[in-house]
Amino acid sequence: MNYHWNWGILLAPEPGGTGTYLAYLFVGLGWTLATALAAWVMALTIGSVVGTLRTTPYKWVVRLGNAYVEIFRNIPLIVQMFLWFFVVPELLPKALGDWIKQVPPPWGSYFPAVLCLGLFTSVRVAEQVKAGIQSLSRGQGMAGTALGLTLGQTYRFVLLPMAFRIVLPPLTSEFMNVIKNSSVALTIGLLELTGRARAMQEFSFRVFEAFTAATLIYLLTNLLVVFAMRALEKKVRVPGLISAAPTAGGH
Amino acid sequence: MTLVRLALALLASATLAAPALAQEGTLKKIKDTGSITIGHRDASLPFSYYDDKQQPIGYAMDLCMKIVDAVKAELKLPKLEVKYQLVTSANRIPLMGNGTIDLECGSTTNNIARQEQVWFTITHFVTANRWVAKKSSNVRKLADLKGKTIVSTAGTTNIKQITEINAAQGLGMNIISANGHPEAFQMVETGRAVAFVMDDILLAGLAAQSRSPNDYEISADALSVEPYGIMLRRDDKAFKAVVDKAMSDVYKSGQINPIYSKWFEKPVPPKGVNLQLPMGAAFKKVIANPTDSGDPKSYQ
Amino acid sequence: MFSGYDFDVIQRSAGYLFRDGMTFTLTLTALAMLGGILFGTLLAMMRLSKFRLLSVAAGGYVNLMRSLPLVLVIFWFFFLVPYIGAWIIGAKDPVRVGSFMSCLITFTMFEAAYYCEIMRAGIQSIARGQVWAGYALGLNYWQTMGRIVLPQAFRNMLPVLLTQTIILFQDTSLVYVISATDFLGAAAKVANRDYRLVEMYTFVAVVYFVISFGLSTLVKQLQSRIAIIR
Repeated sequence: MNYHWNWGILLAPEPGGTGTYLAYLFVGLGWTLATALAAWVMALTIGSVVGTLRTTPYKWVVRLGNAYVEIFRNIPLIVQMFLWFFVVPELLPKALGDWIKQVPPPWGSYFPAVLCLGLFTSVRVAEQVKAGIQSLSRGQGMAGTALGLTLGQTYRFVLLPMAFRIVLPPLTSEFMNVIKNSSVALTIGLLELTGRARAMQEFSFRVFEAFTAATLIYLLTNLLVVFAMRALEKKVRVPGLISAAPTAGGH
Repeated sequence: MTLVRLALALLASATLAAPALAQEGTLKKIKDTGSITIGHRDASLPFSYYDDKQQPIGYAMDLCMKIVDAVKAELKLPKLEVKYQLVTSANRIPLMGNGTIDLECGSTTNNIARQEQVWFTITHFVTANRWVAKKSSNVRKLADLKGKTIVSTAGTTNIKQITEINAAQGLGMNIISANGHPEAFQMVETGRAVAFVMDDILLAGLAAQSRSPNDYEISADALSVEPYGIMLRRDDKAFKAVVDKAMSDVYKSGQINPIYSKWFEKPVPPKGVNLQLPMGAAFKKVIANPTDSGDPKSYQ
Repeated sequence: MFSGYDFDVIQRSAGYLFRDGMTFTLTLTALAMLGGILFGTLLAMMRLSKFRLLSVAAGGYVNLMRSLPLVLVIFWFFFLVPYIGAWIIGAKDPVRVGSFMSCLITFTMFEAAYYCEIMRAGIQSIARGQVWAGYALGLNYWQTMGRIVLPQAFRNMLPVLLTQTIILFQDTSLVYVISATDFLGAAAKVANRDYRLVEMYTFVAVVYFVISFGLSTLVKQLQSRIAIIR
């Protein structure tokens, strides 16, 4: 292959003076994880609420939940990023919009990215939670009513504890998806790992060294995350209960 | 390459033109495929940009057409198909390296660092790295930018330079990297960034096309001198000889003057903006003594 | 709230957006779907094969593609494909590959990993008895797969395959990162050239929503119509 390799570039200082290129990439990993964690927590919170609401017997609540899911599921992630970053500040009252636009990078990109990613992922979480609750036998809900519990109490003490243990495996694989999707934030200026790999390629002209390093870092992160998630699942698993089937491939 | 060596190379290629040059590299590729691929920009007015029919036009494009004619004559081809490939600041060098484009006709700065990856032909414009900001921001000197948010375009010499200056002088600026020049200018327009650091000729074009050009001013401070050159593949001596000769023929014959005037002193499509920029002294020097030097000092 | 916005820009640029942008997006989606399903089915068969070398190789490839962000894979193929092309045809210099071809190869190779998992589930859901019946009738492996297993697997997984295609359709918008002119890229160009960010990006969101929602509704209807009562 007619390409001149130079692995030493990883140890060369990057133009911003913050250290070597390798350190530059690892800081990017830090931003990736920070974005992913914040978004995942947000997604779990909102998604659980929406998913639960979609299983209630109130028709209008279910319809609202469905509308929410359809909106965030049918717009591509990058388009949602652009909406949050470029469009929303323009639609808000001028003072508020200007204040948002003045927030310096990287926070100016971090918050819209977390918001966008959190809402996007909350839809998938909502689907999982709904499937989890609906996979419980209907007898559980009826038993709750027979014992004199209100709807809220039935959910809180009977259905949700079981449902969450069932859906934990798919939820933890969602975390891996969030990490991958965080790379889309480079389009709004967040310098996470992929964005930094591209910046490194632009400054140093070393295309393949930069992207190989980023690829290896992602694979390593993937291994560690899978490992940690397996450990978490083992602790929380209820023996004898089959987990909810995962939905279509997707990513 | 010094001027003397360049002159000798031109002389040699002129005398040796009759027997066919050992055709390898780009010339061979062009002869075999019957086509040449030109990399162009989408928004580098007036060098290389799209008109309102999405056709690439510009000052550098006109010069490249002269080069294409010369290549066609050199290879004695009955016809030569010209293919166009849109490139960005970020991908133009890799795309030259991996063979996607044969010539890059735009606003690419020729400097020593880049000459390790690609070669340049004779300089076709001399500009300087400055910034544009709203007049109301009052950022006239570099020190005024301390602690502020500025933007530049990904993959340019400008963003690399401002990043280094920021670190070296401890200015604490927040530097945003935008995908392209219009996006970067938008950041200044919408107030996300205070200043856009870029070659002053490109800034002039962008400001002239904006909704209210009078709101903007380009800094008097210049951060560096940037000579523009048309890019070609590294280590391709035969092709470079043909391209260099074509360019110096355009300069020596005086054809450069109407071409320059068309893009810098008259209204240009698509909005009829007139940059009203007569030829600068630095560039006049280059026309008198064509050079492809990447060293800014040669242009003082 | 909406005064001062010029929605006419959408009308003026609609021709460019749909003729150039949407054609790119739809063509890329259609071709990548076909290529992805073909290659994905092949990968699935490799993963289920009894030859360890094939199953490990295919498994490694699928896991690799599923661990990496699509944005990173797009960058990889954008820079790598000309070198691979040169290596394949034995040329000295890298081969010229247009941006559409680069995108097509990227998405075919990437989505194949996801289609592979779907087809693998589909193939495994076919009762083993079908395969044994095929062998008992004297058919070889390829005939059994081609005439008995795959048609059934394909029919069973059709809704899931189509859902994955809708995801593929939305993912094509990521070619923005290599400045390819798909629907989003075209809209972004107009938005930045004419200073109409709000109008253009809202329009893009609406169009994607309408198409995706419409397609997923069709898939749901299809699902209920071809459901086989077991």
